[in-house]
Amino acid sequence: MYVAVKGGERAIDNAHAWLAEERRGDASVDELSVPQIREQLKLAVNRVMAEGSLYDPDLAALAIKQARGDLIEAIFLIRAYRTTLPRFGGSVPIETEAMACDRRVSATFKDAPGGQMLGPTFDYTHRLLDFKLAAEGDVPAAEEAEARDAQTPHIMSFLDREGLIQPETDSDTTPPDLTRTPLELPATRDLRLQSLTRGDEGFILGMAYSTQRGYARNHAFVAELRIGVVPVEMDIPELGFAIEIGEIEVTECETVNQFQGSKTQPPQFTRGYGLVFGMSERKAISMALVDRALRWKELGEDNLGAPAQDEEFVLYHADNIQATGFLEHIKLPHYVDFQSELELIRKLRREAQANTAPQTDTSDASGGSLSGKMKEAAE
Amino acid sequence: MKDETDPNAARKAWLGLLARCRAADLNALWAGAALAPDHTVLRAPEVGSVMVRGRAGAVGSAFNLGEVTVTRASVRLASGQDGHGYVQGRDKVKATQAALIDALMQTDQADAIRAAVLDPLQDQMTQTRATRSAKAAATKVEFFTMVRGED
Amino acid sequence: MQADALSGGFANAPIDAAHAFRHIMQVMAQPGRIETVTGGTPPAPLSQAAGIVLLTLCDPETPVFLAPSRDTQAVRDWITFHTGAPFSGAAEAAFAVGTWDELSGLPFPIGTAEYPDRSTTLIVECDALSNTGATLRGPGIKDSATLSLPETAAFQANAKLFPLGLDHFLTAGDQVAALPRTTKVS
Repeated sequence: MYVAVKGGERAIDNAHAWLAEERRGDASVDELSVPQIREQLKLAVNRVMAEGSLYDPDLAALAIKQARGDLIEAIFLIRAYRTTLPRFGGSVPIETEAMACDRRVSATFKDAPGGQMLGPTFDYTHRLLDFKLAAEGDVPAAEEAEARDAQTPHIMSFLDREGLIQPETDSDTTPPDLTRTPLELPATRDLRLQSLTRGDEGFILGMAYSTQRGYARNHAFVAELRIGVVPVEMDIPELGFAIEIGEIEVTECETVNQFQGSKTQPPQFTRGYGLVFGMSERKAISMALVDRALRWKELGEDNLGAPAQDEEFVLYHADNIQATGFLEHIKLPHYVDFQSELELIRKLRREAQANTAPQTDTSDASGGSLSGKMKEAAE
Repeated sequence: MKDETDPNAARKAWLGLLARCRAADLNALWAGAALAPDHTVLRAPEVGSVMVRGRAGAVGSAFNLGEVTVTRASVRLASGQDGHGYVQGRDKVKATQAALIDALMQTDQADAIRAAVLDPLQDQMTQTRATRSAKAAATKVEFFTMVRGED
Repeated sequence: MQADALSGGFANAPIDAAHAFRHIMQVMAQPGRIETVTGGTPPAPLSQAAGIVLLTLCDPETPVFLAPSRDTQAVRDWITFHTGAPFSGAAEAAFAVGTWDELSGLPFPIGTAEYPDRSTTLIVECDALSNTGATLRGPGIKDSATLSLPETAAFQANAKLFPLGLDHFLTAGDQVAALPRTTKVS
């Protein structure tokens, strides 16, 4: 029986009012400002920008404040806002070679041309809680040293010159956009990269970890990891040439992976690629590993049946807004669906009881198993 | 990478600077220059996005990385020059100021604008960038420090 | 880009576009209805109504096909500056502008079974629009309506393709009407 559900309006209004109050927390504690979040919770802001697919640190910080620090909720807010913006066009592909690097390390070459710079990294901290941060205090200025002026070349370009690494083919066609056209499989690499860069960090990390533990192992070395600012250029029709329309911080990870060779080609290294908005190094490395695992078909490798090789599995489950939308909807009213399930189970129990009572007939007089009937009824 | 013979190099440079600079910095310099040129609006300031693209493997074919917020505006001065502003972020005032500066830079006021707005803006950004590069340089790993020993 | 191309857009884009969209939606929802649209002034030979339909519905992701009579540099520049729409051949067009003689019979996409919306919307430039001539029946029409169509056979054939097919705006001066694929013409 269907009973219309109404009367929640006042409860919802009051819940929202309480939410606002709880968001503020103890009023005797200073309120967080959006610039404070932007400047002091920068890595959270970066994650919201990367997975929200919109580079705007102020908006991401506002979303984090509104979402009370729930980053997936904040990403949801950014994705929703993004849909309201008219899109002026697409940029010229960014040149990460021109990056002003804050950090640049290589796990493959000690003496990488351009040098290795650690940048503001957690890597060599002791992971001991720093109670000094619990007290307020000024931070001493970071050391400075003379910087080199030249561009920092990609380490891959050196392997490329020797023909030791699988080359990438440049093309100037406009890449497909999964935010405009629904994802169709098999997906080309450009679509996979777009899906991975906006995918959930935890999911991509888990997938990448699975490849390291042996599910589609492809033994990745981080040839280069660089973080810094790059300009973004776009062609402006009314000007007739491209101009810089801004600059963004990105993290780029290039991996060198196991040899592959065939009858026609000598053994070569292959590559995986990660590029993510902001300083998001865990995500960029993960993305490179998963990108590489998904490339098995084009590189002529065997399908080992590993989850990270299954593009349908990876691409359809990487998006945390899709995932959370479907997951969380099951807590919303399903009274009618459940009512029918309830009636079905009562009916089945009545029938089962009637059958088991005095009868000595052959099994299952009503025909079909219980699960079979459930399935029929559901259809 | 900069093409020295590009006839549009100068305009590209100031438009890029206006796009990247902080709105507050531009606003302060604009206010200081006390300019109020007569103009009509060709395109009212509009907040939108641009899809940023990367390249697979840094050098391969393009893919969509995500969008960036951009605000644009276009103006026409009473003296006839058109100016276009495309600036990062959502600041409509900044986009209009950028368009006006772009237009004024095509007039005989160019030198004055350069001195009052563009040069100080460029200096600020160069300084910020240099400080960051210097801090990064201080974290450069010197693998041979061990064998060098004490001087 | 010619300086004239930069003027003639919506003066107050959010409001003007909303008003124009309302009229455009109404004529599409009620085939046969004729509305007057204002707020933009495209360069000749594009009619004001055709220009406003483009201003309202086009963006960098909607390729536009210009038939020879409408394909001038001034029109191209104006569309580029105000909408960002790229130009394409008929087979890739999301929108097409021209007279019926020019557009009729060109290989426009009619959509696919999975995505019937991936079809072209034609903007047919007419000399005049009036509620005379062909009889229209179908969704959005109470009983029947009449509209001055350039012909009937092609629109009858188009309706038979449903759910695939082309949608049409008819424009003359500042007036616009529409003929979606759902309308039966006789």
